[in-house]
Amino acid sequence: MNFLLSEEQRILQDRLGELIEATCPLRRVHEVLDGGVAFDKDLWAKLIDFGVAGMILPEAAGGLGLEMIDLALVAETLGAALAPVPFLGQALAGLAIARGGDADQRARWLPAIASGEILATVALAEEAVRWSSRAWTLSPRDGRLSGVKTLVPHGTEADLFVVGTANGGLCVVERGGGVTCERIDGADRTRPLDRVSFVDVRAHPLKGELDAAERLVDAACVLLAADAFGGARRCVAMSVDYAKLREQFGVPIGSFQGLKHQLAEMALAVEPGRGLFWYAAHAIDHLPEKAAHAAAQAKAHLCDGYLQAARDTVEAHGGIGFTWEHDAHLFLKRAMFDWAWMGDPRHHRLRAADLAGWSSGLRLDNQYTFSI
Amino acid sequence: MDLGFGSRFDDFRSEVAAFVGAHWPPPGGDPKDPVAQRAFRDAAIAAGYYARGVPKRYGGSEQPPDMVRGEIIRQEVRRARAPAEVRDGGITLLIPTLLEWGTEAQKETFIPKTLAGEYRWAQGFSEPGAGSDLAALRTRAELVGDNWVINGQKIWSSYAHRADFMFALVRTEPDAPKHEGISYLIIDLRQPGVTIRPLRQMTRRSEFCEVFFDNARTPADWIVGGRGQGWRVSRSTLKHERGSLGGVTWVESMLRDLVKLARETTHDGRPAILDPCIRAELAAIEGAAMALTYSTYRSASMNAHGQDPGLFSTMAKISSTDLAQRIAKLARDILKDDLLDMSGPHGKWTERFMVSLSMAIAGGTSNIQRNIIAERGLGLPRDITSAP
Repeated sequence: MNFLLSEEQRILQDRLGELIEATCPLRRVHEVLDGGVAFDKDLWAKLIDFGVAGMILPEAAGGLGLEMIDLALVAETLGAALAPVPFLGQALAGLAIARGGDADQRARWLPAIASGEILATVALAEEAVRWSSRAWTLSPRDGRLSGVKTLVPHGTEADLFVVGTANGGLCVVERGGGVTCERIDGADRTRPLDRVSFVDVRAHPLKGELDAAERLVDAACVLLAADAFGGARRCVAMSVDYAKLREQFGVPIGSFQGLKHQLAEMALAVEPGRGLFWYAAHAIDHLPEKAAHAAAQAKAHLCDGYLQAARDTVEAHGGIGFTWEHDAHLFLKRAMFDWAWMGDPRHHRLRAADLAGWSSGLRLDNQYTFSI
Repeated sequence: MDLGFGSRFDDFRSEVAAFVGAHWPPPGGDPKDPVAQRAFRDAAIAAGYYARGVPKRYGGSEQPPDMVRGEIIRQEVRRARAPAEVRDGGITLLIPTLLEWGTEAQKETFIPKTLAGEYRWAQGFSEPGAGSDLAALRTRAELVGDNWVINGQKIWSSYAHRADFMFALVRTEPDAPKHEGISYLIIDLRQPGVTIRPLRQMTRRSEFCEVFFDNARTPADWIVGGRGQGWRVSRSTLKHERGSLGGVTWVESMLRDLVKLARETTHDGRPAILDPCIRAELAAIEGAAMALTYSTYRSASMNAHGQDPGLFSTMAKISSTDLAQRIAKLARDILKDDLLDMSGPHGKWTERFMVSLSMAIAGGTSNIQRNIIAERGLGLPRDITSAP
């Protein structure tokens, strides 16, 4: 057992962090969002050059051929920086096509996704049924698709949509006539959302592996958990830094035990989550029979922890933490996205319970184990 | 990243399984027979599976530190329900301390017999006036001729009424600053100057004791480390606990028990585990347990590679405490009014509901753990009263 990142992985994460800090520090995130643009094009171009869009796509398609853990480390770093870029949709659409597409479909779309030539996203939730892939209703007939999807990240800007369809299927729709996007007044402006209508558009069902939609849900859960860990750690660090700086009664407020214990509790709710998202990412590539359960647990645990940490961060900063110009609300709103998108913690905990086999009859499984 | 044990450990696992199979159940057939249990543990030391951190000349098996092999041994022993390695205070706290600080004579006198279960130990740290502020301890020891003469009182000393010896922190240098006046002494409890009074706990059991010293004596050379070094000696014990996966094994077995309880108990004619409130909290506990488990693996891997796991290393104790309390509370919700019957089929859960409270107190209270996380982990300003 060697549950560590490699030297290459640590370097990758450090370099990426430096690149983002140099291009789009938190001050710049405010400018981008208040400027009303959908994402930071300069940062996105640099991230594409860095390879984030093709990180785990096959080398034949211009990708880097790395693993889910590497992509999760990217997500963690982007989360810590509140990076206002269309990474989530691009990464998930690429993964869906790489795993669910046949050879022709992969050759057709993956190189353009890896190179950032096109912007791709995923259209999964429906108005009535949100995040259970088995309950989606849209259904292509004779290669044509009609219906409405919602909570689609960067839908307005996307050139290509991977759409969740009935019976846990996926299909690809290229942008063109018949696709209409309506921007939602999203809380998290770093990842704007759209309601997308498809009216008699050409749809290409992905013909590769079965269960592609379920595997896409797992990948999304891992990326959101990683984003949440990055954001939550940043929240703890910001709150701790402020407690060392801010003085009242002539001493730093961080010397008061009441606040110290609050900050310790924040750290305690966040830090152990690291091992869980690493494990869930690792399971996707190496422990397929445990991947869905681990991804559900990671999503529930880390996104729950992030939202609470972000709320605590506002309190730890006092009045300034409630203002528009402060960073705290940007973390809070990104945490709200991570918490809700692709299903809230309770949804994933009940899924995890099913996946653990807790209700399959009353046979007692004495070998029940979650480790290794 | 490699989370599995890997095929290179398959041979080791088969070897351990074969050993356990050959020695357990015992030839006599009674797994509760202490002689049979002793024989199994002796054989496990001889085979290199138990007492791995202790040199052969002191009765150990002297194996290189290897948490994977350690975990495989624990799994195979557990699978066969064979006697686990003894993890009492003498073995987990005293022996590592003696190995690091003890004289050759101390090691030879105490380690082999402690390993063999002949010497049982109590810890003598806390006093009525020295709890979280341990360095305020006042039990005195004066060197008179060839003996230390000890006067004072210790408290919360677990199983002192069944122990032969105590390792204790006592004040030997009354004029030195608080932390520098303390020494680490070994004391024979079986002497007239020592009075031991077990305290009855809320569970009705008696585990911890008050220990009174009235001109008790111990040989001058039973001091571990030098005079005034006691604080450092006692602190160094803590680092031996790192790299162990023991807490993870415990959490997993508690969780397995809880799942079993939720499946066997019915609420309104249905298994409690199908109640969405119970089910969601059970899954939430599992999520927190997984986080703790995999972060412990990370931390242990980092220690094994000489890297510093950072913040997480300040969190192990309180994380386990919080989890145990959450488990106890969910068990309460599953039991409902069965909670009231301490001798009923689920009496052990009623007891655990109480015992979980002690975890937030014993061995460093949860509030002290929060101070440690804040000060050592997060670098917040130290309390003026904090220990160096």
